[in-house]
Amino acid sequence: MSAHSTYQPQSKFMKWMEARLPIAGLVHSSFVAYPTPRNLNYWWTFGGILSVMLMIQIITGVVLVMHYTPHVDLAFTSVESIMRDVNYGWLLRYVHANGASMFFLAVYIHIFRGLYYGSYKEPREVLWILGVIIFLLMIAAGFMGYVLPWGQMSFWAATVITNLFSAIPVVGDPIVSWLWGGYSVGNPTLNRFFSLHYLLPFVILGVVVLHVWALHVVGQNNPTGVEPKSKQDTVPFTPYATVKDGFMIVCFFIVYAWFVFYLPNYLGHPDNYIPANPQVTPTHIVPEWYYLPFYAILRAIPSKLGGVIMLVAAIAILAFAPWLDTSKVRSATYRPLYRQFFWIFVVVSVGLGWLGSKPAEGGYVIAARILTAWYFIHFLVILPLLGLLEKPKPLPASISEAVLGKDKAGAKARG
Amino acid sequence: MTTMSSAEPTRRDFLYIATGAVGAVGAAAAAWPLIDQMNPDASTIAAGAPIEVDLAPIAAGQVIKVFWRGKPIFVSHRTPKEIEEARKVDWHTLPDPQSDQSRVKGGHDQWLVLVGICTHLGCIPLAHQGDYDGWFCPCHGSQYDTSGRIRRGPAPLNLPLPPYEFTSATKIRIG
Repeated sequence: MSAHSTYQPQSKFMKWMEARLPIAGLVHSSFVAYPTPRNLNYWWTFGGILSVMLMIQIITGVVLVMHYTPHVDLAFTSVESIMRDVNYGWLLRYVHANGASMFFLAVYIHIFRGLYYGSYKEPREVLWILGVIIFLLMIAAGFMGYVLPWGQMSFWAATVITNLFSAIPVVGDPIVSWLWGGYSVGNPTLNRFFSLHYLLPFVILGVVVLHVWALHVVGQNNPTGVEPKSKQDTVPFTPYATVKDGFMIVCFFIVYAWFVFYLPNYLGHPDNYIPANPQVTPTHIVPEWYYLPFYAILRAIPSKLGGVIMLVAAIAILAFAPWLDTSKVRSATYRPLYRQFFWIFVVVSVGLGWLGSKPAEGGYVIAARILTAWYFIHFLVILPLLGLLEKPKPLPASISEAVLGKDKAGAKARG
Repeated sequence: MTTMSSAEPTRRDFLYIATGAVGAVGAAAAAWPLIDQMNPDASTIAAGAPIEVDLAPIAAGQVIKVFWRGKPIFVSHRTPKEIEEARKVDWHTLPDPQSDQSRVKGGHDQWLVLVGICTHLGCIPLAHQGDYDGWFCPCHGSQYDTSGRIRRGPAPLNLPLPPYEFTSATKIRIG
């Protein structure tokens, strides 16, 4: 990072400060002078969007805690009082609840962008794995947050998800009892979920710092997948990337605000406005939309332990993508076969999400099994084989050549 | 130092290993309270004491639900038809093979007492539903028969039996 530092403190105070804590220089070299490839498209703005979403979730979350009570008898009514009595409580809660959905929407686009442009390949493996860890932490944080309002869906989501651990042979049942702090989901469970839900965003923030650090060591990938070779191939982060990110954040906020103000409960379930009742399971249990593909995989396997293993494997396999993909070419733009398989994979993932929302019976189960098989075949068979069989298109000599054309880039380099 | 690597272990090597071992034991001992505090606490365990259920008001064909340790317990007063259905099937062929006789107390064949938690992922099955006239789980479609045995669906095991005993002809104590 410091290699690009061209920061020259102007004022006397900043000179004094820079000699003691060079934080302004660090910010300058990381977010002002930092060279970004000149050909980044709008799919590269989702990292910035995700940082903003994390801050929104932390700020609204900290404020909501000022009015929320983590107790089985009071949690539901305290959330209702946030909605009805607390000044702007409805807005804060809807921003937080829909913020989770928007966070996952952005992270899925961010992950698919990485898969399309081969952003996980050498030398960005650690950067990619840190991203998978952030995704795992997001899943845990989102799940525990969903339990807090203590409605019917909250309670039964907590029951079903904690019971996943009972599939572990021998130690499964003691582990579940340990997670619950009792013989069933109850007040101790709610209390610890609240504690961890407050903690996890800060853990995520820490891993995000590592993610950005790793990014700034290896540099950004770009739509050609060709590393920047000369000064011509990059532009400074500010103003180019900051303005582009800022514009896209505003566009993203329009969608976000549309949900918050016009469809605040569209992505939720009406059953969660019924207080938790340990005696009655809702007739149709489904998780939030962002977990549906993994839920479909869980239900597609006709064995309890097998389903849980595949559920975990579906996420863990992402971390192995850098080694499963044998192609030296990063970007799908120059990989005609991979590009087709990528879009099939997108359709399979969305299809699994749709199947996860359907009852587990008849044709839905068969379809879910086929798509689950394809999900794993994509990583375990197609990615390794394509690298060996596919004939990639010729890569441009440099980013400038891809952007400006061969003659212009050559002329500019000479001139 | 490298020239000494093949020599006898020194007293210093022993001290390093001993210090490290004591430190590891200390770290584990310090971690245990942090882990064990999440287990059920004393009041939760105390609240899990046995409960008494009066069977007299339960009509034949009726299933009641009581709570013990936060878990729903089904008490089913089975009709002769339900008992016959549970016994005419060859139980050796079931996914979790158990005879109906082994799931009730001898001489009290009409009383079936079950933990009402689906062995798949913990939902509460609905009584008198499904293809086997027993229980049907609305979450992922597991079906249990009139003996609470798994017959179809993702659940791996029969509905478990809580510990209970008859204190009189019409009373049981669960726990």
